[in-house]
Amino acid sequence: MKPAPFEYQAPATLREAVDLLASDPEAMVIAGGQSLMPLLALRLATPSLLVDLRRVPGLDAIAIDDSGIRLGARVRWRDIEDDRRLETAHPLLRETIAQVAHYQIRNRGTVGGSLAHADPAAELPGIAVTCDAELTLVGVAGTRMVRAGDFFTGPLTTVRQHDEIITELHLPFWPSGRRWAFREFAQRRGDFSLAGIALFYGEDQEGRVANAHVGVIGACDRPQRLMEVEALLNGRFIDEGLIREAAETSARTVDPPEDLHAPAAYRRALVATLIERGLRSAAQHRSA
Amino acid sequence: MQVNFKLNGTPVVVDVEPRMHLADCLRDELRQTGTHLGCEHGVCGACTVIVDGAAIRSCLMLAVQAEGSSIVTVEGLSTEEALTPLQTAFRKHHALQCGFCTPGMLTTAHALLADEPDADADRIRGVLSGNLCRCTGYIPIIDAVLDARAAYRKIDKP
Repeated sequence: MKPAPFEYQAPATLREAVDLLASDPEAMVIAGGQSLMPLLALRLATPSLLVDLRRVPGLDAIAIDDSGIRLGARVRWRDIEDDRRLETAHPLLRETIAQVAHYQIRNRGTVGGSLAHADPAAELPGIAVTCDAELTLVGVAGTRMVRAGDFFTGPLTTVRQHDEIITELHLPFWPSGRRWAFREFAQRRGDFSLAGIALFYGEDQEGRVANAHVGVIGACDRPQRLMEVEALLNGRFIDEGLIREAAETSARTVDPPEDLHAPAAYRRALVATLIERGLRSAAQHRSA
Repeated sequence: MQVNFKLNGTPVVVDVEPRMHLADCLRDELRQTGTHLGCEHGVCGACTVIVDGAAIRSCLMLAVQAEGSSIVTVEGLSTEEALTPLQTAFRKHHALQCGFCTPGMLTTAHALLADEPDADADRIRGVLSGNLCRCTGYIPIIDAVLDARAAYRKIDKP
């Protein structure tokens, strides 16, 4: 359980960090290290150089304005939990992040690390995709923005280029009055979930669902929105019949992996149950 | 690489390979063997130490990342001969048996109660879910932490 040898650098600027990455095809970025350190210990990752972002300025702020929320790449889960502004500015984010891993890991795990690692069951990538968030990446060629829905391409794989560093996640503005829910299920508290769902919607004047967003983690090879479920919900009144219909549609549209933790059929059924519970809870639960 | 940090209030300088995690640095280089290593990949919580006030897993942090920080290990919880109120509560409630997980339980509970002296049983259970114990069944540990809360409420915060 000892990592293979590597060099280590903690540059003082983003530019230097990017240049270091570009200079070595076997280099990797580390920040909190809560995903990378286990990979190093198990020697699933054997970089020649680790570029630590700990001294790079400007990556640890949570900024909230009319356009939404900007999370710096080095914002820790704990910072999100402790930020009382998020209770109204993004209740879905705050409640979801409180369920990431364990206390000690939430004290060090970061926004950028989770996005770059791209575990299909990770919470933040799920929220990013469900909310249609945008990532900022900085590389040798400059800065670019990528929609979360286009960023994740499979388990632990993204469109990030080798020399690019994620600097920020931008979540669109969260209007008041939305209904929302996050539900996940793991065999042990704090483990990666077998499946999880995040959802939110607004309502028109009569109370019909408008602008439904429904996302799923753990039950696909990457976080995904369930467009069929969203289309089914939009323009309808939430009742038990619609909740059942949405649950059945979700089970039909996910394509879960079959692994030693759970058969695909189990994950399908789990997604349906979580959608059902999430919709039921959202119907009774409106953000301020 | 040379790394400087404060260990239990005392400045230390160590020369480590970049790949050495903080737990190995504490145990092998600084001979502070109170920090226990169970799984070495962030599952068991036995190696929990407090870095700049936050409980973290020392197997999931490189020693070189500790530059400039202030670290408290289980050795640093008690500076006198007497047990601390948290340790006393562990003893009173039989919150340990083999003792392997205890350093991680104590550092985690200490960091929690220093921040949240009114944490309820649910919160304590949630926080300690990151620390595995194979002996006690956890209930005496939760009882001990609940019992120790009174002592943390009395500590005057500057």
